[in-house]
Amino acid sequence: MSAVGLIQRLAPGVRWARRLAQIAFIVIGIATVNFFLLHLAPGDAAEVMAGEAGAATPEFMAALREQFGLDQPLYIQFGKYLGNVLTLNLGYSFRQGLPVSRLILDRLPATALLMAASITFALVAGAALGFLAARRAGHLTDTIISVIALLFYATPVFWIGVVLIVIFSVWLDWLPVGGMATIEAGYQGTAYALDVGRHLVLPAVTLGLFHLAIYTRLTRASMLQIYGQDFVRTAVAKGVAPGRIAVRHVLRNALLPIVTMLGMQLGSILGGAILVETVFSWPGLGRLAFEALFQRDLNLLLGILLASSILVVVVNIAVDLAYGFLDPRVEIS
Amino acid sequence: MSLPILEIDALSLALPTGSDRPFAIESLSLHIGAGETLCVVGESGSGKSLTALATIGLLPKAVRPAGGTIRLAGRDLLGLSERAMRDVRGREIGTIFQEPMTSLNPVMRVRDQIAEAFQAHRVLDAKRRIARTLELIAEVGLPDPAAIAGAYPHELSGGQRQRVMIAMALALEPKLIIADEPTTALDVTTQAQILKLLDALRKKHDTAVLFITHDFGVVSEIADRVAVLQHGILVEQGSAEQVLHHPQDAYTKRLLAAVPSLVPPAPKDLGEAPAAFRVDDLSKTYPGRGFLRRRAVKAADGVSFVIRRGETLGLVGESGSGKSTVGRCVMRLIEPDAGAILIGDASIRELTQRQFQPLRRRVQMVFQDPFASLNPRRRVGHIIAEGPIAQGVPRRKALADARTMLGLVGLQPTVAERYPHEFSGGQRQRIGIARALALQPEVLVADEPVSALDVSVQAQILALLQDLQKRLGLAILFVTHDLRVAAQMCDRIAVMQKGRIVELQPTADLFRAPQHAYTRALLDAVPGRFLRPDFDTCFAAAE
Amino acid sequence: MGTLTSLPVAKVRRAREGMRLRVNSSALTGGIILALILVGAAAAPALYPGDPLDMAASPFIWPGTDPAYPLGTDMLGRDIAAGILHGARVSLLIGLVATLVSIAIGVTFGALAGFYGGRIDWALMRATELVQTIPPFLFALAIVAILQPSVPTIVIAIGLTAWPSLARLVRAEVLRLRNSDFVQASISVGASHRRIILLDILPNTFAPVIVSASILIASAILTESSLAFLGLGDPNVASWGGMVGAGREVLRTDWYVATLPGLAIVAAVLGLNLLGDGLNDLLDVRR
Repeated sequence: MSAVGLIQRLAPGVRWARRLAQIAFIVIGIATVNFFLLHLAPGDAAEVMAGEAGAATPEFMAALREQFGLDQPLYIQFGKYLGNVLTLNLGYSFRQGLPVSRLILDRLPATALLMAASITFALVAGAALGFLAARRAGHLTDTIISVIALLFYATPVFWIGVVLIVIFSVWLDWLPVGGMATIEAGYQGTAYALDVGRHLVLPAVTLGLFHLAIYTRLTRASMLQIYGQDFVRTAVAKGVAPGRIAVRHVLRNALLPIVTMLGMQLGSILGGAILVETVFSWPGLGRLAFEALFQRDLNLLLGILLASSILVVVVNIAVDLAYGFLDPRVEIS
Repeated sequence: MSLPILEIDALSLALPTGSDRPFAIESLSLHIGAGETLCVVGESGSGKSLTALATIGLLPKAVRPAGGTIRLAGRDLLGLSERAMRDVRGREIGTIFQEPMTSLNPVMRVRDQIAEAFQAHRVLDAKRRIARTLELIAEVGLPDPAAIAGAYPHELSGGQRQRVMIAMALALEPKLIIADEPTTALDVTTQAQILKLLDALRKKHDTAVLFITHDFGVVSEIADRVAVLQHGILVEQGSAEQVLHHPQDAYTKRLLAAVPSLVPPAPKDLGEAPAAFRVDDLSKTYPGRGFLRRRAVKAADGVSFVIRRGETLGLVGESGSGKSTVGRCVMRLIEPDAGAILIGDASIRELTQRQFQPLRRRVQMVFQDPFASLNPRRRVGHIIAEGPIAQGVPRRKALADARTMLGLVGLQPTVAERYPHEFSGGQRQRIGIARALALQPEVLVADEPVSALDVSVQAQILALLQDLQKRLGLAILFVTHDLRVAAQMCDRIAVMQKGRIVELQPTADLFRAPQHAYTRALLDAVPGRFLRPDFDTCFAAAE
Repeated sequence: MGTLTSLPVAKVRRAREGMRLRVNSSALTGGIILALILVGAAAAPALYPGDPLDMAASPFIWPGTDPAYPLGTDMLGRDIAAGILHGARVSLLIGLVATLVSIAIGVTFGALAGFYGGRIDWALMRATELVQTIPPFLFALAIVAILQPSVPTIVIAIGLTAWPSLARLVRAEVLRLRNSDFVQASISVGASHRRIILLDILPNTFAPVIVSASILIASAILTESSLAFLGLGDPNVASWGGMVGAGREVLRTDWYVATLPGLAIVAAVLGLNLLGDGLNDLLDVRR
């Protein structure tokens, strides 16, 4: 009995150890992928890392070759590269004049804000629309919601962004065209927050609409499936009112596949953020990736790839925890 | 007799046009008095479950009442609005469904699910609801009500969940309880407990019970009166005594005759038949799931037996006893950890799968689920010929032989060109038997071959197996949970519990003088133990 | 003995057929949209011979103002209608070939992992998890950026990043089938692994793979257009995403330049998704 108790008390520690191992595995795996991508690029890896050939000073190039051991055999280069990545040394962006890790950390909060806003919007609105469609299945409401969801599901994110700018910024002039804040206004405190909020609306909605479509479709489909299950019949036989059944029994269980889907979609949301940030000049990781792309600052680009993968893993752990909270059958592991 | 609580009068339920019959139920009349249990019995498709669903107003949308009335304490339920009907459900009619595993909401605590019955009918305040919930949990015989109340359904066993369902059905002290096959998914010992509980609660609360079942054994345990349905038509109704022991209708007689008797037939004379199959000290342990809290499960623990040519050995046990694991281990579908398996003189346990492949011909298997065991995308002829082709028989000959095999199991040879979905459950099981026999095996492992079938079909498949055994001299390992089937099929029976054989005896001896306490418990739990012996004599007299 | 199983079989079959008819309409709509796009793509060289990237008329002819250029011209005087039709060829080609690459990887990984289990499964699934963790669009972007944009590199980049979900799907299906009684029966009669995989398992995974394929083509078209929008399209061919990207510059004044090719993308992706939805129910995937 006491042995079991001890093991149970240790179990959370073991789970976290496993999660850390998972992160380590992902970091090493992606570093490996990155390393080989770098060597696929035409030209000397030092040139690739420094941006276009000739953009950096000879001293910088020499330092780079030294740091990554570029004149040594491939396996030593790989070892050095891994060592650098694991000590969070992602190199230096000559173009931007700052260390890559510093650049990424600077831009991370903007992307995190954008993702949080659009995920919240997509989840809440998507679940609500899906709920409505499922409750009115076969009626006009359902048809309209389903068609709208299908349309957003088929529309490229960047095009939604472009269209929203034309409508809300150019024609109606309600919301700013881009950026994260009106810098020249010099707002402070609440005014600043409101200003950022105004700038956030269009990018968050743009990024959210595609995923809103996914959650609407998923909520509707899972709810209809759950309506056919035995425990719903049990609730009806108890005399429970339809509204309560829809919320307490059906929607509550439909949340489980929705959360699973959220975990699976994180990478795709981050990918969408690149496009949205580009369209709206939102100063986040995606915008940084776009700049890196244009300056052919490949080392920075690969650094962003690594950082965003880690972000996916970390948020996934949060999603796992939420799932364990929602589903009593799952021992969080 | 007391005034009827439930009165069904000339009820007809219409099926949508294009169905294979116009009515699911045709002018059905039933009544149940307070404190009385009426069993509605029938095979699948008889309309017995629809009767229950019509009473609580939960008919599938496609099925519509087309006449008649359902009166609960004088009030016609069919005329009620959905809102009024909602008030009747739970408050005046409690319902218990078949599947305890899926009938409770997996993400809601037991306490909240029971209390929801009060909440739905705005009975009691929040505090009293919880207190009453705990009383109910205690009343249905669950230990430690506080712990059960806080548990989620997956933390309870099947029997415990069914008790929770009963507590929920009883919560508002309804006049009528509808139980739709409430024990079909349970083990026989659990079934006996649940039946006893239901009966005690019925007496205590003077509730009317509408009990739907396919099992005459259960009927004889619990029914005051019995109604027999065939294709939606009531063929016979009367007191339990009357229907079970003096059946009037031919269909009822046929159904009762198909129930296997617990009295084994006279033992066969196997003479000097040699041992065809020998298993020695077979063991299989499943490592527990989970990272740290591994609880290893010994599914087979030193299992040994011998089957002679032409003999059937029954492997009997409840779910989780390891009987199916043993069945699959001897087929090498699961790799045993230790022990010896011999077909004739050939020892097969140590062989690699590749070495074993040519020997597979000698031991074949019939599976439980006739729907899952045939590839839906292959023609029946090809399914049967797969084994011979794998063993090197020329394709053309194997396909021709497959037609012969179909004839052997009582199907038309021409059906070889059809796909599995065109056949009924019983026909599919014949195809499965043909597939196994196409390789002319010496040993046949039958894993619950009739437990998915209706009782009349079951009798036919059992007769087929016995006939084939006589003609081909098969040694059969017959895995089953059903002691009635075992009594009729097996020459000897091994009783399994927690991976071990606790008793192995000739069938007649096992039923007459069980040695192990667990065997006795199993035998005691078989519903309707005295159904057939009495019936046989009465039936013979009636003819 | 639930509600449905106790009903006469014919009733259930009928209900299912009713559903089939209804979902057929979504498969049909999707099919028609796709057929129209295919016809347009096939007719492009005949209707608009010559390079759609060449200047055809004066810039900024608005749609509907000049019958010779029904969809107008962009800021460089390129015919938008010609661009959209030629772009259809590129988009569909990239979508199709990239999806074939994904299916080749995904089905192989999923089938091997699901059928053999154990270490093979462990290794293949860790690899799948790794690729799934990397944001697919960013990954594709890096590959194209490093290899230089061209139709083959774009195909490879999309194909290499889109397979993990398919691998998981196939693995789950194979695992389910591997443990099904009919596969156990085939093992019992001594059938070879090759015959079991080819005759018992793969035919039964066909339906979900086909459904996923139509969705994968749709998302490949979206990815290609997104890459082109960021300037990572093949500069030598007209593509829908590239046209939207170019039109962005003149958004305020001449919004049709970005909008029309955008509508083409929506139509193609919508058609494929509708087809996928319809097939999903027609092929009765969740049987």
